[in-house]
Amino acid sequence: MAAKKTINQGVEWNYSPALESTSHVKLKSKYDLYIDGKWVKPQSKKYFKTINPANEDVLAEVAHANEKDVDLAVKAARKAYRNVWSKMAPSERAKYIYRIARLMQERARELAVIESLDAGKVIRESRDVDVPLACNHFFYYAGWADKLEYAFPNRKVEALGVAGQIIPWNFPLLMAAWKIAPALAAGNTVVLKPAETTPLTALKLAEIIHDAGLPSGVVNIVTGYGDTGASIVNHPDVDKIAFTGSTGVGKIIQKAIAGTHKKSTLELGGKSANIIMDDAPIDQAVEGIVNGIFFNQGHVCCAGSRLFVQEGVAEKVIEKLKHRMDSLIVGDPLDKNTDIGAINSKDQLDIINGYVKIGNAEGAEMYQPKCKLPKSGFYCPPTLFMDVAQSSRLVQEEIFGPVLTIQTFRTVDEVLQKANNTPFGLAAGIWTDKGSRIFNLTTKLRAGVIWANTYNKFDPTSPFGGYKESGFGREGGLQGLGAYLKMN
Amino acid sequence: MNNKNGFEIPDFTRSPAVDKVGVEERVSRFQKRSIKNESKMQGLRMALNMIDLTTLEGKDTPGKVRQMCYKAQHLHDVYSGLPTVAAVCVYPSMVKIAKQEVKGSGVKVASVSTAFPSGQAPLDVKIMDTKFAVDQGADEIDMVISRGRFLSADYNFVFDEIATIKEVCGKARLKVILETGELVTLDNVRRASDIAMYAGADFIKTSTGKIQPAATMQVTYTMLEAIRDFMNATGKQIGMKPAGGISNSKLALHNLVMVNETLGSKWLTNEWFRFGASSLANDVLMQIMKAETGVYQSSDYFAID
Repeated sequence: MAAKKTINQGVEWNYSPALESTSHVKLKSKYDLYIDGKWVKPQSKKYFKTINPANEDVLAEVAHANEKDVDLAVKAARKAYRNVWSKMAPSERAKYIYRIARLMQERARELAVIESLDAGKVIRESRDVDVPLACNHFFYYAGWADKLEYAFPNRKVEALGVAGQIIPWNFPLLMAAWKIAPALAAGNTVVLKPAETTPLTALKLAEIIHDAGLPSGVVNIVTGYGDTGASIVNHPDVDKIAFTGSTGVGKIIQKAIAGTHKKSTLELGGKSANIIMDDAPIDQAVEGIVNGIFFNQGHVCCAGSRLFVQEGVAEKVIEKLKHRMDSLIVGDPLDKNTDIGAINSKDQLDIINGYVKIGNAEGAEMYQPKCKLPKSGFYCPPTLFMDVAQSSRLVQEEIFGPVLTIQTFRTVDEVLQKANNTPFGLAAGIWTDKGSRIFNLTTKLRAGVIWANTYNKFDPTSPFGGYKESGFGREGGLQGLGAYLKMN
Repeated sequence: MNNKNGFEIPDFTRSPAVDKVGVEERVSRFQKRSIKNESKMQGLRMALNMIDLTTLEGKDTPGKVRQMCYKAQHLHDVYSGLPTVAAVCVYPSMVKIAKQEVKGSGVKVASVSTAFPSGQAPLDVKIMDTKFAVDQGADEIDMVISRGRFLSADYNFVFDEIATIKEVCGKARLKVILETGELVTLDNVRRASDIAMYAGADFIKTSTGKIQPAATMQVTYTMLEAIRDFMNATGKQIGMKPAGGISNSKLALHNLVMVNETLGSKWLTNEWFRFGASSLANDVLMQIMKAETGVYQSSDYFAID
C-alpha cells in the first residue's frame, strides 16, 4: 500500500450505510384474522396489501374484516370474558400479561425491524423507544392486575366487559400495548383493530399472545379499514370504545355511541405549543425543538408543532435550529444513522405537501435543509415556517408531519394567550432556567401533558391525554387503569 | 470593553445556561451513530493523526521520552501508510529532547506549563515556566487555569492570567486546560470555556489527566458548543482537545461524530482537534489491523512506548 498523505485539512466525513439486518424477520405473505385463539379467514373474503413506505414494496396481504368478522370477534371476546377471564384469579391474569411482556422482549429486535418496515419509522426509534416502551406497558399493568383494590382504595371495582380498541398508524405496536395491557389487567377482553397501513406488528403481537397461551378469545385482532372500525364501534355487545386517532373520526365515534351504554376514551389530535423563554439553555432547547417536531417524522399527536420563541433569543434559536436541521439524516428507516424516516403513506405525504403549499402561498418564509431524499418511497424533509400568523392554517390545523411553525412573543401573558388559543390541548413544552416560571406556566397552559426542559418523554406510570378537541380520558398510570373499570 | 483582537468581551457571569439532562440526551444521540466500513477506517485514521501522545509523570526519563517520540512517528511499521500522531506532550524539562527526536517529522512538541497540573504557583513562576518551555522549542503550550480563583468567581483574575501566558507564548499555540473535573458543573465548564477563548486561547482542553472525571462526552460537547458560539460571535476558529479517559476507538469515533455534527468538517483535522491520550493509539491500531486482516491481534503485537 502506498504511503498516504497525512491529513491536515478538515475533510468531509460521511457515514457509510449501517443497515439493520432483516434476515431474522419472519413474515407470512398472507395474514388472516386472529379470532378466538385461531387464525381465521375473513368472511369478507377480502385482503388488502400493506406496503413498506420507504420503497413501496408489498410486505404482506392482510385480511379485511367486515361486520360479520367483527361480530365473531366480539362474540369470542364475550364468551372468553364470561367463562374464563372474569373468573380467573387476578394473580393468574397477571402471569399471562407478564408472559406477553417477556415474549415481546425476547422478540424485540424482530418487532423493531417489522415496525420500521411497515411504518417507515427509523430503526433507532423503533428499537430504543417503541418496542421497549410497549414491553414496559405490559410489565407495568401486569403488576396492577392483582392489586386493583389497592389502586382505588375504598372503591368496589369491576371490569367493564368487552373493550373495542382502534389504534392509529404512528406508533402501531406501542398503541396496541397502551390499549391491551390495561384492559387485560383490569379484567376485560379485547377486540383490537390496527390501522390499515400498519397492521403487521399487531399481528406479530397476536402470535406472541398465542404463544403466551392466553385463553382463546381474550384478545382478538381484526384488521381492516375504517368500515371495520365502524363495525366495532356500532356493535351492540361492546362495552367500551378506546380510540386513538384523528379528531374527525373521534367526533364520528362520539356521535355513534351517544345514548348507548358504551363508555369511551378518545385520544385525538393536537397542535402543541413548545415555548422557549429567553433564559432557556438554548442548545438544549434547540435539541428539544428537534425532538418535539421531528421525532417519528412529526407523526406524533403531541408533537411540539407550534414553536414560540421569546423575542430576545429568536434570532439565535432559529439560526441554531437551522444548523441542527442541517445535520439530520433523512433516508432509509432501516439505516441506524437515519434521523428522519419515511412518511407513513402516500395519502399522508399528500396532506403534508398540501400544507407546505399553503404555507408558501401565504408567503411565510420557509426553510428546508439541502438533504438528498431517496428516489422511491414517501419522504418529506424537515421544514420550518417562520413569521407565521396565529390565524394561518399552518398554525391552526394539525399537519402530522415534520413541519414546524415559529412565532415570537414578548411577554408571558402573550405566549399563554396564543398557546391556549387553539381547539386542541394535548401537550406543551416550556424551556426556561427558572423553576418558578415553569410552575406559573404549567398551571395556566390548557394541555394534558406539559414537559419542562424536555419534550416527548413517555412512561407507563404517567397518564397521557388531552383537553378540548384532543379528546378525553387518560392512558397510562392509574388513570389509564381506571378507564377500564366500573367503580362503585 | 474591547480587547486587542477587536471583539467585545462579554460579561462572563452571563454565559449561556447549560442543562445537564439535555446535554446527556444530545450526547446519547452521537453515541447511537453507527460508524461502519469506509467511514470507520477514515475515522480511525483521523483519530490516530489527532493524538497528542502524552507522558506526564514525575518518573519520566529522557530515554522514555525518546522512545515515545519514536513511536509518535512510527506507530506500527509492519503496516505502511499510517499517519503520525499530531504531537507529543511532555513536561518543560523534556521539551528539548523531544524536539530533537521529532525533528523534520511534522510531529509537534507540546509542553504543559503554569505549574501543571495544579496551577498553584504565583504568576511570575507561571510566566517563567512557560517562557522556559517556549525557549526550549515547544510548538504548543498546555496551560492550566487557576481553578480556585475561578470557583471563587474571580473571573478577571483567570482571564488576565490566560491573556498574560498567551503573550509569553509568542508563536507557540496556547491550549488552555480547564480541568473540568474540578469545575464540576457544565455551567462552569461553559463559563470557563468562554473566558479562555476571549482571553486568547488557541485551543481549549478539558483536563490534565490527573483528575477524574476527565474528558466525558458531556463536557466535550459543552465546550464544542462554546467554540461554535465564539466562532459565530467573533469569526475566530478555536481548537478543542479532550484529554484523559478516551482510551478506545469507539469513544474516539463518537467524539469525532460529535465534532463533525456540532462544528462541521472544518474541525476534522489535527489543526483544530486533538485527543490527549496515551493508550488510545494502540486500540485504534488494533481496530485498523482488524479491519485489514479480519482478525483481532493480541495487544502484544502493538508496541507500548
